Amino acid sequence: MLYSSQAVAKPYFIAAIALFAVQVLFGLLLGMQYIPVNLPFISFITFDAARLIHTNLLIMWLLFGFMGSIYYIIPEESEQELYNPKLAIQLFWVFLSLTIITFLGYLLLSYATFAKITGNQFFPTMGREYLEQPTIIKLGLFIVLCGFSYNIAMTVLHGRKGMINLLLLAGIVGTTIIFLMAFYNPSNLVVAKYYRWWLIHFWIEGTWELIMEAILAYVIYKITGDRKIVEKWLYIIVAVTLTTTILGIGHHYYWIGVSEYWQWVGTVFSIFEILPFFFMVLFVFNVVNCTKCQYSNKAVKLWALSTPIMAFLGAGVLGFLHTLAPVNYYSHGTQITSAHSHLAFYSTYVMIVLTMISYAMPILRNRKIVNGGLSQRFEILAFWLMTVSMFFMALFIAIAGIMQVYIQRATDLALPFIEIQNSLMILYWLRSIGGVVFLIGVIIYITKFLIAKSNNL
Amino acid sequence: MKILTKPKYIYYSSLIVFVFLLLGLTIHTMIVLPQQDHRENLTPQIIQGKLIWEEHNCIGCHTLLGEGAYFAPELSNVYERRGGSHGGTYFIKAWLKAMPTNIPSRRQMPQFNLTEDELNALIAFLKWTSEINNSSWPPSKKG
Ligand code: HEM
Ligand code: HEM
Ligand SMILES: [Fe+2]
Repeated sequence: MLYSSQAVAKPYFIAAIALFAVQVLFGLLLGMQYIPVNLPFISFITFDAARLIHTNLLIMWLLFGFMGSIYYIIPEESEQELYNPKLAIQLFWVFLSLTIITFLGYLLLSYATFAKITGNQFFPTMGREYLEQPTIIKLGLFIVLCGFSYNIAMTVLHGRKGMINLLLLAGIVGTTIIFLMAFYNPSNLVVAKYYRWWLIHFWIEGTWELIMEAILAYVIYKITGDRKIVEKWLYIIVAVTLTTTILGIGHHYYWIGVSEYWQWVGTVFSIFEILPFFFMVLFVFNVVNCTKCQYSNKAVKLWALSTPIMAFLGAGVLGFLHTLAPVNYYSHGTQITSAHSHLAFYSTYVMIVLTMISYAMPILRNRKIVNGGLSQRFEILAFWLMTVSMFFMALFIAIAGIMQVYIQRATDLALPFIEIQNSLMILYWLRSIGGVVFLIGVIIYITKFLIAKSNNL
Repeated sequence: MKILTKPKYIYYSSLIVFVFLLLGLTIHTMIVLPQQDHRENLTPQIIQGKLIWEEHNCIGCHTLLGEGAYFAPELSNVYERRGGSHGGTYFIKAWLKAMPTNIPSRRQMPQFNLTEDELNALIAFLKWTSEINNSSWPPSKKG
């Protein structure tokens, strides 16, 4: 660690990993509710409540992961201490409290009660996918994002300005501003849906993607030590992201009741949204086979090389396959979307955060890295368990989605939604088995940190 | 020429071009939208219905215009599917009151204990939603 204030990243990473485990546990509960296993410990919670926890904790812990990564990277890239490390720690506790309150609210209260006691009727923002948090929680989250952006901006502006830290700054300031859309929920459903995507799409395919690209560039720079070439690639990747993603938002506007030309705009531009991921793959493979590389942590290299490949598959290819309007007409709102959501979120943001943790945690904890040591072997095993099982979960659900479209939508003999579910049961079973393997992967991943503590391996 | 290839300028220009295109399309979309969403029919009752929809997290199991969860059927066309003006209201009301069915190994929907007024508002909202002109999606009446 070059700067002592980089240490504020540590609690953020720990919270991220803990929330990740809870998120996945509730994902497994969801998977179980899809198959007729009515054990009390599965049906103690309704599907929708478990789903709230699963998706909202995902967003929260990824934000923890981004914040930790950025707090770690920024002092080094700006060549000075963080502007206000104390603020970073205070914001950590605020953010963690907000997350835990939200989690307990979903777990213990009915959603309608939660809405009532947080006064949703006075300023209704709840009950929209990914934005289900009570209005005051959203307000708190916005304040946390503002404080975070301020802290980073002051550090970056006072220090050395490079491509990586400017991009991170743009990413988090953009994320913060875009979050304001969460407070806009007009009573006209079509208008509300139109602007909700300004938040969701411009986060996950916009500012978050920029943050991901910057973190990836940082880690690759740390592996290769060659800043020039990293910045050259980053420059191309970011340019392609910016030019494709803005009108690519049209792929969410096909069937919500807005003008039909969005089918053309969305299709044409979002086809090219695959390009940034393609360039990321080229990037890592071009630079990483360097002979002069000093850095040799095998686990970090594995994460950093696999992230673009998996992202190309999950976000790029799976996204492309249903982004053409005529295809989306059939796939929209089926298990196919769920398959894409899982592989895309895992391969981009989960993997990039875990890449960064893999790089930074040993340094933050002052551990010596032993290639082939027990702790590293655990991490690599966890990597394979999680990545392979997620790949297969997405595959099974994509097949379920294709069957669903075929039986429910494509023919004149279309059958009702609920009646066809039994014919997909085998795939839901397979998905749940994949989920169990994924959870084992997460447990092994956490064990890695515990054994590193006791043995210094 | 050199200055044009500096990252900064490429980024600024592509941001400006595409953000303006997005804003232009958005303005146009919003101008023509009233013909598609039939907002002239929006009543306070429908708006209350939307709030009830949101506050019971219906989106946590169902899709509406294809967005939401995939655990339970699409509801943007449920009013039509269940008979439209010939029985749609009656069916949905009876349905919500009959939950949960407790049929073994069938997915269950909770009992929300909505009042008569709330039920009417919710159904008015679903009826309005079914009339949105959305390029005839979903492909089949079944959702
Ligand atoms: C950056 C990584 C990406 C992530 C994390 C991601 C995630 C998601 C998620 C979570 C949804 C579901 C939204 C909902 O619940 O309604 C979604 C929908 C969609 N995504 Fe992505 N995505 C990514 C990249 C892409 C790319 C590159 C494309 C196109 C090439 C794409 C095309 C689509 C389309 C067309 C939908 C709409 C699906 C529907 O009809 O319901 N995505 N994405
Ligand atoms: C044990 C592993 C997991 C299982 C069994 C699982 C299962 C599920 C299920 C059943 C749903 C609900 C789909 C529906 O609405 O019908 C869901 C939603 C979702 N899960 Fe997972 N999940 C797991 C892990 C993950 C992970 C690791 C991520 C993040 C990468 C994730 C991200 C999501 C997202 C974004 C949604 C919303 C999907 C959408 O709206 O399209 N899940 N999950
Ligand atoms: Fe998108």
